[in-house]
Amino acid sequence: MTSVTPASFTPDEGLPRPQSLVDAMGPALDAQETGTSLWAGAFRRLRRDPSAIVGAVIVTIFVLVAVFAPVLAPYEPARTQWANQITPTTLPPFSAEHPLGLDSFGSDFLTQLIHGARQSLIIGIVSTLLGLAGGALLGGLAGAFGGWVDTLVMRIVDILLSIPALLLAVSVAAIVGRRPEALMIAIAAAQVPIFARLLRGSMLRQRGQDYVLASTSLGLRRRTIVMAHVLPNSLGPVIVQATLVLATAIIEVAALSYLGMGSPDPTVAEWGRMLVRGQERLQSYPHLTLLPGLCIAVTALGFTLLGEALREALDPKSRR
Amino acid sequence: MLRFVVRRLLLLVPVLFGLSLLLFAWLRALPGDPARALLGDRATPQGIERLNAQYGFDQPLPVQYVRYMGQLLQGNFGNSPRTGQPVLATFVERFPATVELSVAALLFAVVVGIPLGYFAAKRAGGVLDLVAVGSSLAGVVIPVFVLAYLLKVVFAIGLPGLDWLAVLPPSGRQDVRINATHITNFYVLDGLMTREWDAAWDAVRHLILPALALGSIPLAAITRMTRASVLEVLGEDYVRTARAKGLARGLITRRHVLKNAMLPVITMIGLLTGQLLSGAVLTESVFAFNGIGSYLFDAIATLDYAVLQGFILFIALIYALVNLVVDIVYGLFDPRMRVR
Repeated sequence: MTSVTPASFTPDEGLPRPQSLVDAMGPALDAQETGTSLWAGAFRRLRRDPSAIVGAVIVTIFVLVAVFAPVLAPYEPARTQWANQITPTTLPPFSAEHPLGLDSFGSDFLTQLIHGARQSLIIGIVSTLLGLAGGALLGGLAGAFGGWVDTLVMRIVDILLSIPALLLAVSVAAIVGRRPEALMIAIAAAQVPIFARLLRGSMLRQRGQDYVLASTSLGLRRRTIVMAHVLPNSLGPVIVQATLVLATAIIEVAALSYLGMGSPDPTVAEWGRMLVRGQERLQSYPHLTLLPGLCIAVTALGFTLLGEALREALDPKSRR
Repeated sequence: MLRFVVRRLLLLVPVLFGLSLLLFAWLRALPGDPARALLGDRATPQGIERLNAQYGFDQPLPVQYVRYMGQLLQGNFGNSPRTGQPVLATFVERFPATVELSVAALLFAVVVGIPLGYFAAKRAGGVLDLVAVGSSLAGVVIPVFVLAYLLKVVFAIGLPGLDWLAVLPPSGRQDVRINATHITNFYVLDGLMTREWDAAWDAVRHLILPALALGSIPLAAITRMTRASVLEVLGEDYVRTARAKGLARGLITRRHVLKNAMLPVITMIGLLTGQLLSGAVLTESVFAFNGIGSYLFDAIATLDYAVLQGFILFIALIYALVNLVVDIVYGLFDPRMRVR
């Protein structure tokens, strides 16, 4: 961060400075501050980072495909009107009508893949937002109040952390039942302790900062200090984590579908379930398994690259 | 040291207590009447009442919880309604398989990951560095069961034209035709102990593919962590001082760089246990490897709550114990962290 003081600013002279000079410096200092704020600086570094660009491109394509799936896909999803063309052992070859052929149920495979992006995006984003909200609430409480609230909340978080994420998700899905929301809640539940820990740690670091001491000595209320100063400054690592967690969430959707926890609605195209179904024909038609797997991996890669680059851009230690 | 261990073990008590409370609440939150579920659709009201009284379902919830805890403390985790087997016995019988698999996976990850991360950091930006960064990203983004299936197809079942690659067994822990003696249920160990070399070798062959698949998660994490950590240590003043003093390279590497760079890696390995156990659920089911993972997979599929509940409690306990061991090992590497 460049902290250059204007040449005219010489506080050590000990001479009374005319108020007009101070006022004149105001806008200049403001402009400088906005020009090199943490987020603006991070964005500038991101634009120069090739892996951030690759990540951003992948994420953008994925989001566009998900949003415009009905326009992009050649057919309606989960239409099985070509079921008569498939036999237990063979599928029709790729054709102009079906660029990626049919799946085992006689639906157009490309259509299923495109609509799968939609499902992954929705579940990924909703679950991450839920996890973020829950984790931020718990971590925020612990970080803001400290003392016994902190102890109590962190013990609960420790308990949640001691259950492997997948098993936690499975147990939540078992309570909620096989409903479309179950996946989102299950994945969110596994993320709550991660976000809670992160936000608390981040807030505790901020609380020791000089500006908090300054605000306290100015007589600001604790609520104001926490809401206006500590919390906004603690959000950086949480936002980075949210980007990375989106990648994990998309993989976990697939894993939970694989475990049979997905939506019971067979007309919903979802990459994880396509993978499971493709396995029956893995030897003769490996693309039925490989392509959904590739989609999951590439999407997760996009979010991971972007998240990592964001972390580096926000980390003062990595600045050169 | 002893005080530290005892204190940590005592801290486990509230965690496990809280967990049992959560699991109990979870069981109660489940829809349906347990007695009706056990007796079926044609249950008479009298039958349900008798069963409720017999199992204490008619008691207030706190009373039920105390009873449940009493049973847990006596080592009674109930029976699986699916198989009729006691949960604890099943766990004890199957646990060695998962330990064997996890250790093999972790061994693979450590043996490959630490050198890879180290040399990648030594020549940051070089070819090996690209390989290390690329493969650790791949390990993070490829779902473990996808990798497991790929390995199985290529190296066990065989793709058309690539049959010669398929040299490993696709499933199980040991060829059934080998009449091996089992003492500890760690098959490799059993083979070595009884000097049945072919049995041990066969068990190792069965371990390779699942261990590679499961090891991909810790491999990625360990490589990244080693690389980042070595990079940081290489920039430290004390390394430069050691170089300036003219110390032998090997000595600097061993005594200064590796010893300091390994600290975060060790912590990481402890935290990976949870992921290994999660990954084992998926990997074991792909390779029909009879550990707790594949058993959990079946329990999840059939919603076998008694098994899920008991196993989650066990797994949390193991996770906590492993992390305790990690903290003790940490002291061996870093005297500042040594516990008194």
